[in-house]
Amino acid sequence: MLIAKQICCEKQDRILFQDFDLSIKSGELVLLKGENGAGKTSLLRILVGLSAPISGSVAINNIDVRAEPNQALQQVLYIGHKLGLNALLTPIENLQFFNQMCAYQNNNQFILETLDNLGLIGLDDVPVKSLSAGQQRRVALAKLWLHKSAKLWVLDEPFTALDVGLVNMLEQQILSFINSGGAVLMTSHQALSIQDHVRTVQMEYNW
Amino acid sequence: MVSMRRAILAVAKRDFSIAYRQRAELMQPLMFFLMVVTLFPLAIGPSPQTLQLVSGAIIWVAAILSLLMGLERLFRDDFADGSLEQLIISPLPLYLIVLVKVVNHWLVHIVPLLILSPLLALFLNMSLNMYLALVITLLVGTPTISLIGAIGVALTVGLQRSGVLLALLLIPLFIPLLIFATSTIDSAAMNLPFGFQIGIMSSILLLALAVAPAVIAYSLKVSQN
Repeated sequence: MLIAKQICCEKQDRILFQDFDLSIKSGELVLLKGENGAGKTSLLRILVGLSAPISGSVAINNIDVRAEPNQALQQVLYIGHKLGLNALLTPIENLQFFNQMCAYQNNNQFILETLDNLGLIGLDDVPVKSLSAGQQRRVALAKLWLHKSAKLWVLDEPFTALDVGLVNMLEQQILSFINSGGAVLMTSHQALSIQDHVRTVQMEYNW
Repeated sequence: MVSMRRAILAVAKRDFSIAYRQRAELMQPLMFFLMVVTLFPLAIGPSPQTLQLVSGAIIWVAAILSLLMGLERLFRDDFADGSLEQLIISPLPLYLIVLVKVVNHWLVHIVPLLILSPLLALFLNMSLNMYLALVITLLVGTPTISLIGAIGVALTVGLQRSGVLLALLLIPLFIPLLIFATSTIDSAAMNLPFGFQIGIMSSILLLALAVAPAVIAYSLKVSQN
Protein backbone atom coordinates (compact mmCIF):
# COMPACT_ATOMS: atom_id res chain seq x y z
CA MET A 1 0.00 0.00 0.00
CA LEU A 2 2.52 2.58 1.19
CA ILE A 3 6.28 2.22 0.99
CA ALA A 4 8.63 4.86 2.35
CA LYS A 5 12.36 4.48 1.83
CA GLN A 6 15.23 6.13 3.67
CA ILE A 7 13.40 9.28 4.62
CA CYS A 8 15.37 12.01 6.26
CA CYS A 9 13.73 15.05 7.78
CA GLU A 10 15.39 18.14 9.19
CA LYS A 11 13.75 21.01 11.09
CA GLN A 12 15.67 24.08 12.23
CA ASP A 13 19.04 22.33 11.68
CA ARG A 14 17.94 19.44 13.88
CA ILE A 15 17.67 16.06 12.23
CA LEU A 16 14.37 14.55 13.32
CA PHE A 17 14.91 11.17 11.73
CA GLN A 18 17.29 9.64 9.23
CA ASP A 19 17.05 6.64 6.91
CA PHE A 20 13.54 5.96 8.11
CA ASP A 21 11.83 3.06 6.34
CA LEU A 22 8.17 2.21 6.64
CA SER A 23 5.84 -0.02 4.73
CA ILE A 24 2.15 -0.44 5.33
CA LYS A 25 0.12 -3.32 3.93
CA SER A 26 -3.64 -3.53 3.51
CA GLY A 27 -5.52 -4.71 6.57
CA GLU A 28 -2.93 -3.30 8.93
CA LEU A 29 -2.95 -0.55 11.53
CA VAL A 30 0.35 1.17 12.12
CA LEU A 31 0.49 3.18 15.31
CA LEU A 32 3.23 5.80 15.49
CA LYS A 33 4.44 6.54 18.97
CA GLY A 34 7.00 8.96 20.24
CA GLU A 35 7.57 11.92 22.53
CA ASN A 36 6.43 15.41 21.64
CA GLY A 37 8.81 16.76 19.05
CA ALA A 38 9.95 13.35 17.87
CA GLY A 39 8.66 14.14 14.38
CA LYS A 40 5.42 12.18 14.15
CA THR A 41 3.46 14.93 12.46
CA SER A 42 6.41 15.80 10.20
CA LEU A 43 6.58 12.17 9.13
CA LEU A 44 2.86 11.99 8.37
CA ARG A 45 3.06 15.18 6.31
CA ILE A 46 5.98 13.78 4.34
CA LEU A 47 4.14 10.50 3.75
CA VAL A 48 1.11 12.24 2.22
CA GLY A 49 3.36 14.50 0.17
CA LEU A 50 2.58 17.78 1.93
CA SER A 51 6.19 18.44 2.89
CA ALA A 52 9.29 17.43 1.03
CA PRO A 53 11.84 15.22 2.83
CA ILE A 54 15.54 16.11 2.64
CA SER A 55 16.10 12.75 1.01
CA GLY A 56 14.20 9.54 0.45
CA SER A 57 11.03 8.65 -1.41
CA VAL A 58 7.44 7.74 -0.64
CA ALA A 59 5.26 5.67 -2.92
CA ILE A 60 1.59 4.84 -2.47
CA ASN A 61 0.37 2.01 -4.69
CA ASN A 62 3.73 2.29 -6.47
CA ILE A 63 3.09 5.90 -7.42
CA ASP A 64 5.53 8.50 -6.10
CA VAL A 65 3.67 11.08 -3.98
CA ARG A 66 5.89 14.01 -4.92
CA ALA A 67 5.95 13.31 -8.66
CA GLU A 68 2.27 12.39 -9.18
CA PRO A 69 0.46 13.68 -6.09
CA ASN A 70 -3.05 13.66 -7.59
CA GLN A 71 -2.87 10.02 -8.67
CA ALA A 72 -0.96 8.78 -5.64
CA LEU A 73 -3.30 10.38 -3.11
CA GLN A 74 -6.55 9.40 -4.79
CA GLN A 75 -7.16 6.65 -2.24
CA VAL A 76 -5.75 8.42 0.79
CA LEU A 77 -7.76 10.18 3.46
CA TYR A 78 -5.66 12.51 5.60
CA ILE A 79 -6.94 14.26 8.71
CA GLY A 80 -4.23 16.38 10.26
CA HIS A 81 -3.88 18.64 13.27
CA LYS A 82 -5.60 21.38 11.34
CA LEU A 83 -9.02 20.00 10.62
CA GLY A 84 -9.57 21.52 7.20
CA LEU A 85 -12.98 22.92 8.05
CA ASN A 86 -13.90 26.46 7.15
CA ALA A 87 -15.03 28.27 10.29
CA LEU A 88 -17.71 30.31 8.53
CA LEU A 89 -19.39 27.40 6.78
CA THR A 90 -21.68 24.96 8.54
CA PRO A 91 -20.67 21.32 9.17
CA ILE A 92 -22.98 20.15 6.42
CA GLU A 93 -21.53 22.62 3.90
CA ASN A 94 -17.99 21.61 4.81
CA LEU A 95 -18.78 17.93 4.36
CA GLN A 96 -20.74 18.48 1.15
CA PHE A 97 -17.66 20.22 -0.22
CA PHE A 98 -15.43 17.30 0.79
CA ASN A 99 -17.95 14.94 -0.74
CA GLN A 100 -17.95 16.72 -4.08
CA MET A 101 -14.19 17.25 -4.19
CA CYS A 102 -13.54 13.55 -3.74
CA ALA A 103 -16.45 12.63 -6.06
CA TYR A 104 -18.19 10.49 -3.47
CA GLN A 105 -21.83 9.79 -4.20
CA ASN A 106 -23.26 10.44 -0.74
CA ASN A 107 -26.53 12.31 -0.69
CA ASN A 108 -27.31 15.02 1.84
CA GLN A 109 -29.52 12.69 3.81
CA PHE A 110 -26.59 10.36 4.46
CA ILE A 111 -24.29 13.22 5.49
CA LEU A 112 -26.97 14.44 7.91
CA GLU A 113 -27.42 10.97 9.39
CA THR A 114 -23.65 10.62 9.84
CA LEU A 115 -23.51 13.92 11.69
CA ASP A 116 -26.46 12.87 13.84
CA ASN A 117 -24.76 9.57 14.70
CA LEU A 118 -21.71 11.51 15.82
CA GLY A 119 -23.81 13.43 18.30
CA LEU A 120 -24.19 16.61 16.31
CA ILE A 121 -27.97 16.59 16.06
CA GLY A 122 -29.32 20.06 15.47
CA LEU A 123 -25.87 21.53 14.85
CA ASP A 124 -25.80 20.89 11.10
CA ASP A 125 -26.53 24.49 10.21
CA VAL A 126 -24.45 26.30 12.83
CA PRO A 127 -21.14 27.79 11.61
CA VAL A 128 -18.21 25.57 12.58
CA LYS A 129 -16.60 28.42 14.54
CA SER A 130 -19.35 28.29 17.16
CA LEU A 131 -18.81 24.58 17.86
CA SER A 132 -16.53 23.34 20.64
CA ALA A 133 -13.12 21.84 19.86
CA GLY A 134 -14.40 18.30 20.32
CA GLN A 135 -17.44 18.94 18.14
CA GLN A 136 -15.26 20.41 15.41
CA ARG A 137 -13.11 17.30 15.49
CA ARG A 138 -16.25 15.16 15.22
CA VAL A 139 -17.21 17.02 12.06
CA ALA A 140 -13.76 16.39 10.57
CA LEU A 141 -13.85 12.73 11.59
CA ALA A 142 -17.25 12.32 9.91
CA LYS A 143 -15.19 11.97 6.74
CA LEU A 144 -14.23 8.49 7.94
CA TRP A 145 -17.87 7.48 7.53
CA LEU A 146 -18.38 9.30 4.23
CA HIS A 147 -15.31 7.92 2.47
CA LYS A 148 -16.06 5.57 -0.41
CA SER A 149 -12.83 4.89 -2.23
CA ALA A 150 -10.15 5.53 0.40
CA LYS A 151 -7.82 2.59 1.04
CA LEU A 152 -5.44 4.33 3.43
CA TRP A 153 -6.31 6.58 6.34
CA VAL A 154 -3.62 8.84 7.73
CA LEU A 155 -4.80 10.26 11.04
CA ASP A 156 -2.84 12.66 13.20
CA GLU A 157 -3.97 12.39 16.83
CA PRO A 158 -7.60 11.58 15.96
CA PHE A 159 -8.61 11.14 19.60
CA THR A 160 -7.65 14.64 20.72
CA ALA A 161 -10.53 16.43 22.47
CA LEU A 162 -12.95 13.53 22.00
CA ASP A 163 -15.01 12.04 24.82
CA VAL A 164 -14.92 8.36 25.77
CA GLY A 165 -18.06 7.39 23.88
CA LEU A 166 -16.79 8.78 20.65
CA VAL A 167 -13.33 7.26 21.06
CA ASN A 168 -15.03 3.84 21.21
CA MET A 169 -17.11 4.60 18.15
CA LEU A 170 -14.03 5.72 16.26
CA GLU A 171 -12.11 2.59 17.22
CA GLN A 172 -15.01 0.47 15.98
CA GLN A 173 -14.96 2.33 12.66
CA ILE A 174 -11.18 1.91 12.34
CA LEU A 175 -11.49 -1.80 13.13
CA SER A 176 -14.18 -2.40 10.52
CA PHE A 177 -12.13 -0.46 7.98
CA ILE A 178 -9.08 -2.65 8.64
CA ASN A 179 -11.19 -5.79 8.46
CA SER A 180 -12.52 -4.71 5.08
CA GLY A 181 -8.95 -4.48 3.75
CA GLY A 182 -8.07 -0.87 4.48
CA ALA A 183 -4.84 0.36 6.00
CA VAL A 184 -4.55 2.91 8.78
CA LEU A 185 -1.56 4.97 9.86
CA MET A 186 -2.16 7.00 12.98
CA THR A 187 -0.44 8.72 15.85
CA SER A 188 -1.87 8.64 19.32
CA HIS A 189 -0.70 9.10 22.87
CA GLN A 190 -3.61 7.09 24.18
CA ALA A 191 -3.66 3.30 24.35
CA LEU A 192 -5.78 1.60 21.72
CA SER A 193 -8.31 -1.08 22.57
CA ILE A 194 -7.76 -2.67 19.15
CA GLN A 195 -5.33 -5.58 19.53
CA ASP A 196 -5.20 -7.47 16.25
CA HIS A 197 -3.33 -6.32 13.16
CA VAL A 198 -1.68 -3.50 15.12
CA ARG A 199 1.97 -2.68 14.61
CA THR A 200 3.57 -0.04 16.81
CA VAL A 201 6.42 2.02 15.44
CA GLN A 202 8.41 3.89 18.05
CA MET A 203 10.09 7.14 17.09
CA GLU A 204 13.01 8.40 19.14
CA TYR A 205 13.58 12.00 20.05
CA ASN A 206 16.95 13.01 18.57
CA TRP A 207 18.95 16.03 19.61
CA MET B 1 -14.59 14.46 -16.42
CA VAL B 2 -18.05 15.00 -14.95
CA SER B 3 -16.68 14.60 -11.45
CA MET B 4 -13.93 17.12 -12.23
CA ARG B 5 -16.50 19.67 -13.34
CA ARG B 6 -18.49 19.00 -10.18
CA ALA B 7 -15.38 19.47 -8.08
CA ILE B 8 -14.54 22.78 -9.78
CA LEU B 9 -18.10 23.97 -9.24
CA ALA B 10 -17.85 22.90 -5.60
CA VAL B 11 -14.73 25.05 -5.12
CA ALA B 12 -16.45 28.04 -6.73
CA LYS B 13 -19.62 27.57 -4.68
CA ARG B 14 -17.66 27.25 -1.44
CA ASP B 15 -15.69 30.43 -2.13
CA PHE B 16 -18.85 32.38 -2.91
CA SER B 17 -20.55 31.15 0.26
CA ILE B 18 -17.53 32.17 2.34
CA ALA B 19 -17.35 35.56 0.64
CA TYR B 20 -21.06 36.11 1.25
CA ARG B 21 -20.56 35.43 4.96
CA GLN B 22 -17.67 37.90 5.06
CA ARG B 23 -19.49 40.64 3.21
CA ALA B 24 -18.70 43.23 5.90
CA GLU B 25 -15.01 42.48 5.47
CA LEU B 26 -15.40 42.68 1.71
CA MET B 27 -16.86 46.18 1.93
CA GLN B 28 -13.78 47.57 3.69
CA PRO B 29 -11.38 47.76 0.72
CA LEU B 30 -14.20 49.19 -1.35
CA MET B 31 -14.86 51.95 1.19
CA PHE B 32 -11.12 52.57 1.40
CA PHE B 33 -11.01 52.98 -2.37
CA LEU B 34 -13.88 55.44 -2.30
CA MET B 35 -12.33 57.45 0.53
CA VAL B 36 -8.88 57.71 -1.04
CA VAL B 37 -10.41 58.97 -4.26
CA THR B 38 -12.52 61.57 -2.43
CA LEU B 39 -9.44 62.84 -0.57
CA PHE B 40 -7.86 64.12 -3.78
CA PRO B 41 -10.44 66.76 -4.74
CA LEU B 42 -10.18 68.01 -1.14
CA ALA B 43 -6.39 68.16 -1.22
CA ILE B 44 -5.78 69.35 -4.78
CA GLY B 45 -8.68 71.76 -4.86
CA PRO B 46 -11.88 71.62 -6.83
CA SER B 47 -10.50 72.99 -10.12
CA PRO B 48 -12.13 70.81 -12.81
CA GLN B 49 -9.16 71.01 -15.19
CA THR B 50 -6.61 69.86 -12.62
CA LEU B 51 -8.84 67.03 -11.45
CA GLN B 52 -9.45 65.85 -14.98
CA LEU B 53 -5.71 65.81 -15.59
CA VAL B 54 -4.94 63.50 -12.65
CA SER B 55 -8.20 61.52 -12.52
CA GLY B 56 -6.94 58.36 -14.25
CA ALA B 57 -3.83 58.20 -12.10
CA ILE B 58 -5.80 58.69 -8.87
CA ILE B 59 -8.31 55.96 -9.62
CA TRP B 60 -5.66 53.48 -10.68
CA VAL B 61 -3.39 54.09 -7.68
CA ALA B 62 -6.36 53.90 -5.31
CA ALA B 63 -7.56 50.73 -7.02
CA ILE B 64 -4.16 49.02 -6.66
CA LEU B 65 -3.90 49.98 -2.99
CA SER B 66 -7.40 48.84 -2.12
CA LEU B 67 -6.97 45.57 -4.01
CA LEU B 68 -3.81 44.89 -2.02
CA MET B 69 -5.87 45.13 1.16
CA GLY B 70 -8.28 42.41 0.09
CA LEU B 71 -5.71 40.18 -1.53
CA GLU B 72 -4.65 38.38 1.63
CA ARG B 73 -8.11 36.87 1.96
CA LEU B 74 -7.32 34.70 -1.04
CA PHE B 75 -5.45 31.95 0.87
CA ARG B 76 -5.10 33.19 4.46
CA ASP B 77 -8.07 31.39 6.00
CA ASP B 78 -7.57 28.23 3.96
CA PHE B 79 -3.98 28.10 5.15
CA ALA B 80 -4.86 28.71 8.80
CA ASP B 81 -7.65 26.14 9.10
CA GLY B 82 -5.97 23.41 7.07
CA SER B 83 -8.35 23.52 4.09
CA LEU B 84 -5.34 24.23 1.93
CA GLU B 85 -3.74 20.92 2.94
CA GLN B 86 -6.92 19.14 1.95
CA LEU B 87 -7.07 21.00 -1.37
CA ILE B 88 -3.43 20.14 -2.13
CA ILE B 89 -4.00 16.42 -1.60
CA SER B 90 -7.40 16.39 -3.30
CA PRO B 91 -7.77 14.59 -6.64
CA LEU B 92 -8.27 17.90 -8.47
CA PRO B 93 -5.07 19.53 -9.88
CA LEU B 94 -4.07 22.43 -7.65
CA TYR B 95 -3.59 24.94 -10.49
CA LEU B 96 -7.25 24.54 -11.45
CA ILE B 97 -8.40 25.12 -7.87
CA VAL B 98 -6.16 28.17 -7.67
CA LEU B 99 -7.50 29.54 -10.95
CA VAL B 100 -11.08 29.19 -9.69
CA LYS B 101 -10.13 30.99 -6.48
CA VAL B 102 -8.48 33.85 -8.35
CA VAL B 103 -11.47 34.26 -10.66
CA ASN B 104 -13.73 34.28 -7.64
CA HIS B 105 -11.54 36.89 -5.97
CA TRP B 106 -11.76 39.06 -9.07
CA LEU B 107 -15.54 38.78 -9.23
CA VAL B 108 -16.00 39.51 -5.54
CA HIS B 109 -13.50 42.36 -5.17
CA ILE B 110 -13.26 44.06 -8.52
CA VAL B 111 -16.69 43.93 -10.06
CA PRO B 112 -18.09 46.13 -7.22
CA LEU B 113 -15.26 48.53 -7.93
CA LEU B 114 -16.29 48.70 -11.58
CA ILE B 115 -19.86 49.36 -10.52
CA LEU B 116 -18.69 52.28 -8.38
CA SER B 117 -16.55 53.77 -11.14
CA PRO B 118 -19.17 56.00 -12.86
CA LEU B 119 -19.62 57.84 -9.59
CA LEU B 120 -15.87 58.46 -9.36
CA ALA B 121 -15.69 59.60 -12.96
CA LEU B 122 -18.24 62.20 -12.02
CA PHE B 123 -16.25 63.23 -8.91
CA LEU B 124 -13.11 63.79 -10.92
CA ASN B 125 -14.70 65.44 -13.95
CA MET B 126 -13.76 62.74 -16.45
CA SER B 127 -14.97 63.04 -20.02
CA LEU B 128 -17.02 60.19 -21.50
CA ASN B 129 -14.08 59.11 -23.62
CA MET B 130 -11.80 59.01 -20.58
CA TYR B 131 -14.36 57.03 -18.62
CA LEU B 132 -14.61 54.50 -21.41
CA ALA B 133 -10.82 54.12 -21.41
CA LEU B 134 -10.82 53.77 -17.62
CA VAL B 135 -13.36 50.95 -17.68
CA ILE B 136 -11.47 49.11 -20.41
CA THR B 137 -8.14 49.42 -18.55
CA LEU B 138 -9.77 48.22 -15.35
CA LEU B 139 -11.34 45.26 -17.13
CA VAL B 140 -8.06 44.25 -18.75
CA GLY B 141 -5.69 45.28 -15.97
CA THR B 142 -7.33 44.13 -12.75
CA PRO B 143 -7.34 40.38 -13.56
CA THR B 144 -3.55 40.70 -13.90
CA ILE B 145 -3.45 42.27 -10.43
CA SER B 146 -5.42 39.33 -9.03
CA LEU B 147 -3.20 36.75 -10.75
CA ILE B 148 0.16 38.31 -9.87
CA GLY B 149 -1.06 39.29 -6.42
CA ALA B 150 -2.05 35.68 -5.77
CA ILE B 151 1.58 34.63 -6.36
CA GLY B 152 2.66 37.07 -3.67
CA VAL B 153 -0.03 35.86 -1.27
CA ALA B 154 0.92 32.23 -1.90
CA LEU B 155 4.56 33.00 -1.14
CA THR B 156 3.85 34.90 2.08
CA VAL B 157 0.90 32.90 3.41
CA GLY B 158 3.07 31.00 5.89
CA LEU B 159 4.32 34.18 7.54
CA GLN B 160 2.44 35.97 10.26
CA ARG B 161 1.35 39.54 9.57
CA SER B 162 2.56 39.55 6.01
CA GLY B 163 0.40 42.50 4.95
CA VAL B 164 3.09 45.15 4.55
CA LEU B 165 5.62 42.71 3.13
CA LEU B 166 3.05 41.71 0.54
CA ALA B 167 2.59 45.34 -0.51
CA LEU B 168 6.35 45.85 -0.74
CA LEU B 169 6.70 42.75 -2.90
CA LEU B 170 3.83 43.48 -5.23
CA ILE B 171 3.70 47.23 -5.81
CA PRO B 172 6.85 47.28 -8.00
CA LEU B 173 5.33 44.53 -10.14
CA PHE B 174 2.26 46.64 -10.85
CA ILE B 175 4.27 49.59 -12.22
CA PRO B 176 4.10 48.52 -15.91
CA LEU B 177 0.36 48.06 -15.57
CA LEU B 178 -0.01 51.51 -14.02
CA ILE B 179 2.07 53.16 -16.76
CA PHE B 180 0.04 51.67 -19.60
CA ALA B 181 -3.29 52.23 -17.86
CA THR B 182 -2.70 55.92 -17.18
CA SER B 183 -1.23 56.38 -20.64
CA THR B 184 -4.43 54.89 -22.10
CA ILE B 185 -6.56 57.36 -20.18
CA ASP B 186 -4.29 60.25 -21.20
CA SER B 187 -4.64 59.31 -24.85
CA ALA B 188 -8.39 59.12 -24.41
CA ALA B 189 -8.41 62.58 -22.82
CA MET B 190 -6.77 63.95 -25.96
CA ASN B 191 -9.14 61.96 -28.17
CA LEU B 192 -6.24 59.92 -29.53
CA PRO B 193 -6.54 56.20 -30.30
CA PHE B 194 -5.46 54.00 -27.40
CA GLY B 195 -5.62 50.51 -28.89
CA PHE B 196 -1.86 50.08 -28.59
CA GLN B 197 -1.75 50.41 -24.79
CA ILE B 198 -4.76 48.13 -24.39
CA GLY B 199 -2.99 45.59 -26.60
CA ILE B 200 0.07 45.62 -24.34
CA MET B 201 -2.10 45.28 -21.22
CA SER B 202 -4.01 42.39 -22.76
CA SER B 203 -0.80 40.58 -23.61
CA ILE B 204 0.42 41.02 -20.02
CA LEU B 205 -2.89 39.53 -18.88
CA LEU B 206 -2.61 36.55 -21.22
CA LEU B 207 0.95 35.88 -20.10
CA ALA B 208 -0.11 36.07 -16.45
CA LEU B 209 -3.06 33.78 -17.14
CA ALA B 210 -0.78 31.19 -18.72
CA VAL B 211 1.98 31.24 -16.12
CA ALA B 212 0.49 32.40 -12.82
CA PRO B 213 -1.74 29.40 -11.88
CA ALA B 214 1.18 26.98 -12.01
CA VAL B 215 3.43 29.39 -10.08
CA ILE B 216 0.74 29.97 -7.42
CA ALA B 217 0.18 26.23 -7.02
CA TYR B 218 3.91 25.65 -6.64
CA SER B 219 4.28 28.48 -4.11
CA LEU B 220 1.40 27.10 -2.05
CA LYS B 221 3.05 23.69 -1.94
CA VAL B 222 6.32 25.26 -0.86
CA SER B 223 4.52 27.20 1.87
CA GLN B 224 3.43 23.89 3.42
CA ASN B 225 7.01 22.82 4.13
